[in-house]
Amino acid sequence: MTLGSRFWHLIHRDLRLAMRQGSDAAVAVMFFVLCVVLFPFGIGPEANILARIAAGIIWVAALLASLLSLERLFQSDYEDGSLELMALSGLPLELVVLAKTAAHWVVTGVPLLVAAPVLAVLLNMEHSGFGTLVLTLALGTPALSLIGGIGAALTLGARRGGVLVSLLILPLYIPVLIFGAGAIDAALTGLSPRPHLLILTALLVATLPLAPIASAAALRQALE
Amino acid sequence: MDDALFTASNLSCLRGERLVFAKLNFALAAGDALLLVGPNGSGKSSLLRLMALLLRPFCGGLYWQGELLTEDPDAHRSRLRYIGHLDGIKPVLTCHEALTFWAALDGTPGPATRAATALSRAGLAPLTDVPGRYLSAGQKRRLNLARLLLAPARLWLLDEPTNGLDATATQRLEAALADHRDRGGMVVASTHTPLALPGAQTLHLDDFTPQIHDPGAVS
Repeated sequence: MTLGSRFWHLIHRDLRLAMRQGSDAAVAVMFFVLCVVLFPFGIGPEANILARIAAGIIWVAALLASLLSLERLFQSDYEDGSLELMALSGLPLELVVLAKTAAHWVVTGVPLLVAAPVLAVLLNMEHSGFGTLVLTLALGTPALSLIGGIGAALTLGARRGGVLVSLLILPLYIPVLIFGAGAIDAALTGLSPRPHLLILTALLVATLPLAPIASAAALRQALE
Repeated sequence: MDDALFTASNLSCLRGERLVFAKLNFALAAGDALLLVGPNGSGKSSLLRLMALLLRPFCGGLYWQGELLTEDPDAHRSRLRYIGHLDGIKPVLTCHEALTFWAALDGTPGPATRAATALSRAGLAPLTDVPGRYLSAGQKRRLNLARLLLAPARLWLLDEPTNGLDATATQRLEAALADHRDRGGMVVASTHTPLALPGAQTLHLDDFTPQIHDPGAVS
């Protein structure tokens, strides 16, 4: 069997696990929604202010939601010994990381894309920004998952790993946040979001090979 | 030994800051078995993890047909099956799904049928559709051991394989080991309980525990 079909088997298995265990996807999207809903309570129901900061709020909430679920990315496979069996299988560890991240993104990232426009309505964002909002999230959240995977791999086996992941990874999320929120702002003010979107795409294209290499190196260390 | 396939020379293992064993040698030919014995902490699991390339030796090396394993780690991984302490059983996957996944990940053609065959050979056929969370510790162990039967591999590395097994399952394992060795396979196993491996070499790991010289001690 080719590497490709082994890769798909791993994604398929992770999706199946997520479907049967259920909670991860729901937790991430619920957190996302609640996080955004809190802002009108804190800032007050002034429609103009909310509309002005909607893009930033949604992006920060998406970032935190992604972080929340990433902690578990390798944890359960590490604890029950599956991870070392995967390391011994013919599939390179980099591809194992990529497959697990892809499955994780489908389960936790895609629901965010669906929830985001609804939240944008709630925050009184102008309709002209909706398309860009979904597009930036579609480009940005996979990059977040890939970068976060490095943190998840580095903190495997550490006590209070979740807090450590946040400290390690949040600074690395900043570029994605800047260009994600920037693209929506540009679209809302009538400018072209294209430059921002291109940089977001570049970030995704760069993390796609680099993050799995870093994560795999961290996993090898954790398995020793 | 000219026909030795899998050898170690001058192997030392460092865990943390402790030298677990030093200057360890062995040579295994096709069909051979190596039984690792020694008290807890003498490095049985570490040696098996070294053999599986999950650990790196502190010094010395492991060789396959005279070539260092680290020269071609992928080739080595494809010829070994490793059974560790942890069984890697997911509570929500059925026995058949779990085995099919491992078969597919190792690139075995026809993973679903291979998994079904392995389950029946391991005597687990009645548990085919039972999810992992309903398995007893011994059944989980047997499911993990069934991975050995998915596809032929030259080298089986077994870390206390008899843990949690009942008498029947142990006999079944011994039969599988004998069959594997008849086909020219090699077995390295650590165990605390009796495990019949006729003609196996025995490696007492406590013989290789470094003696610490204490200059203050009066001998």
